[in-house]
Amino acid sequence: MNAGLATATSGRVLRQVRTDHRTIALIIVVPCVLLGLLAWIYDGTPVFDAIGPALLGVFPMIVMFIVTSVATLRERQSGTLERLLTTPMGKGDFMLGYAAAFGALAVVQALATTGFAVWVCDLDVAGPLWLLIVVAVFDAVLGTALGLLASGFARTEFQAVQFMPAFVLPQFLLCGLLIARDQLPTVLEWVSDVLPLSYAVDAMKEIARNPDPVTTVLTDLGIIAAFIAGALALGSLTLSRRSA
Amino acid sequence: MMNNSGPAVAVSGLQVVRGKRRVIPKLDLVIPSGQVVGLLGPSGSGKSTLMRCIVGVQIIEAGSVTVLGHPAGSPVLRDEVGYVTQSPSVYADLTVRDNVAYFGRAVGLRGQDLRDAVDRTLAEVDLVSHADQLVQDLSGGQESRVSLAAALVGRPTLLVLDEPTVGLDPVLRRDLWALFRRLAERGHSLVVSSHVMDEATRCDRLVLLREGEVLADLTPDELLARTGAPDADAAFLALIDAEAARAAASPAPSDRSAS
Repeated sequence: MNAGLATATSGRVLRQVRTDHRTIALIIVVPCVLLGLLAWIYDGTPVFDAIGPALLGVFPMIVMFIVTSVATLRERQSGTLERLLTTPMGKGDFMLGYAAAFGALAVVQALATTGFAVWVCDLDVAGPLWLLIVVAVFDAVLGTALGLLASGFARTEFQAVQFMPAFVLPQFLLCGLLIARDQLPTVLEWVSDVLPLSYAVDAMKEIARNPDPVTTVLTDLGIIAAFIAGALALGSLTLSRRSA
Repeated sequence: MMNNSGPAVAVSGLQVVRGKRRVIPKLDLVIPSGQVVGLLGPSGSGKSTLMRCIVGVQIIEAGSVTVLGHPAGSPVLRDEVGYVTQSPSVYADLTVRDNVAYFGRAVGLRGQDLRDAVDRTLAEVDLVSHADQLVQDLSGGQESRVSLAAALVGRPTLLVLDEPTVGLDPVLRRDLWALFRRLAERGHSLVVSSHVMDEATRCDRLVLLREGEVLADLTPDELLARTGAPDADAAFLALIDAEAARAAASPAPSDRSAS
């Protein structure tokens, strides 16, 4: 792996995103609107303070999953990926480049969404705000890594978009947002233990209720990081230099 | 540029299956260094597949492909071999300059070297005035030149170009062929496919493919002399007719009856 090649790739991906103003607007505005809607629905109840932070972790993952799986599929279909892999660009450089670029985008998204949730929607968390942003960025990179992996199994844009519900919705249902994970039926609790989004939501919930959540959150972040590494490693297996 | 005294490409006993079809049944070919070699043949004759084998992206059934003394696709070859696919493979949502610069970075160019290489390449493909336009706003011919520029920017020892002049006007085609000639004079090797036979006369050497087999491997003069045809188009047809007549006259040889 080569830092220069990965940096070149993330610079290129960010330049591509920069020409697409509508996508940038959607990435930043849509989570804010959804959070605002939720705050309004639960106006006057304590529910928003309980699930708002968890959603701050869920949105970046979903958005980055979709953006990455479509972007990577485009690379496969346009022939740019095959071409890149004939150059010194390695699979690892390619994947890290994407992860870094969308990670950077996630920082912007997390700053906007968290700021909106806290100052406009009056979200109240016990823990430090910066930690919310750190977890959101990890979730976004997780979404990117899973998106890179999923795009390896998609042959068309239709399939790529369908992978969002297939990969993400089960995690969403089991992550502890609807029902606390320890109240799930035992088998489902085991399943939720091996899904990465569960740990993202655990971390966010911890920040919401604990004034000093750093140690617990670090453990969750470690688990998420392991999932990211695993997804990137598996994803790199789907990038093959040679094809039939 | 890699120093290589041997041939640019040596193919031996190559077999390729795509889908259920045996696209290349058995192919042997040597492509000399420092020449412009034209790969000609009707569509479906295996030109693109052979090029994919040379750049090392094609899964092959049997045989070997040696490029600049190394197995095709080896890591040492990655900044020595430039590949331009038939349909342009560049980023539509980047400017022309950003595309060329990115592929320059991919082969390790940085700083002033990169800027110089990008400027030089943009001039070579005549896109200086469009440098800051997005590729999606260009015409098809311009887009294919961006794709060509992305391979030229790294000045690879071997350039593999799949129909680089399709859809280009005569002036631009003449200029590009002049560029290919200059590159060959400086020691680069070029494999250029085309189904426009009049481009054949601009090559040092021609390889005529038909149904995945080498029909002829000769110089343009030899082609005209051998067939007595007035131009490359007629010569190619004459060769195909002669081959068909020979196949009809004698029963298929045993090594081909199996396939």
